[in-house]
Amino acid sequence: MLEFLTRLFSKDGGSKNVAKERLRLVLVHDRTSISPQLLETLKAELIKVISNYMEIDEAALEVSLDSSGNTVALVASIPVKGMKRVAGTA
Amino acid sequence: MGEVIVVTSGKGGVGKTTTTANLGAGLASMGYKVVMVDADIGLRNLDVVLGLENRIVYDIVDVTGGHCRLRQALIKDKRLEGLHLLPAAQTKDKTAVSPEQMRDLCGELKKEFDYVIIDCPAGIEQGFRNAIAGAEKAIVVTTPEVSAVRDADRIIGLLEAAELREPKLIINRIRPKMVRQGDMMSIDDIIDILAVELLGVIPEDEMIVITTNRGEPVVLDQNSRSGQAYRNITRRILGEEVPMMNLEEEGGFFNRIKKIIGLK
Repeated sequence: MLEFLTRLFSKDGGSKNVAKERLRLVLVHDRTSISPQLLETLKAELIKVISNYMEIDEAALEVSLDSSGNTVALVASIPVKGMKRVAGTA
Repeated sequence: MGEVIVVTSGKGGVGKTTTTANLGAGLASMGYKVVMVDADIGLRNLDVVLGLENRIVYDIVDVTGGHCRLRQALIKDKRLEGLHLLPAAQTKDKTAVSPEQMRDLCGELKKEFDYVIIDCPAGIEQGFRNAIAGAEKAIVVTTPEVSAVRDADRIIGLLEAAELREPKLIINRIRPKMVRQGDMMSIDDIIDILAVELLGVIPEDEMIVITTNRGEPVVLDQNSRSGQAYRNITRRILGEEVPMMNLEEEGGFFNRIKKIIGLK
């Protein structure tokens, strides 16, 4: 009964999807030997570079590694608030 | 010339020793000459799983150290004609054997046996390096858990780096009901993630506990599902095409009745 109720009120359809997602993420890091810290550093430097050209929403910025099959991709989602007028481009 | 197979997993407690014992017994029950090597030096266990703990005189370190001849250290199984065990040392540690010594040992053993099955210790250090040194093929055991699959992935990488290509996977302790309910990763999920060939699946089974308590490999038990699963894997190792077991038919009142009256 308890099992039925837990199922009824859980949105993600079973804990295995959580397990799979966590596993996928951890394996991307394991396989590329890129640590979460390194990714944080990369993120900070990305912000620095992009901020020279655009106003970005730093809080909503997302940088992650994604894998499908044998390929790994660096996926960055960077919300832009507005353009900056950079000296020399106007 | 025989074949040297290492059973490994990375994570401890997923069923390496149980798998080694059952594959060894399975192959021996089909008439092959088999030796199982316990490479988990310092944490000897394969002997108790097989019920042979009272017969140990010499161990693997005695052999590599030249204190006895290889033949003296081999223990003959009490049930199966062709089955032998080379026990691990209990008082030494994993550095007591070197990869070179292990390679030589495997070379000697495969002259005399059809199958040399090595029970690898958990971890990725010296003990693991030793265990895989003389192997030609690898079997990776995992359970449907994040931690075990993660470690299996790491081990597969290390095996491939050590030229042990195309390791085969055994998924142990799967619970079909939980998979059905979406609360346990399925066989397909795990194969998808690890991208290796599946050798077999062992359902969670109380008979494993019972037979291990007695020191008898479950593969010799004709009525258990896990025993059937291990027999299937044995035949696949021998090159037969055996379809994957249907895990769905477990339990149920009628199945139990059928089992009792011998229809199943």
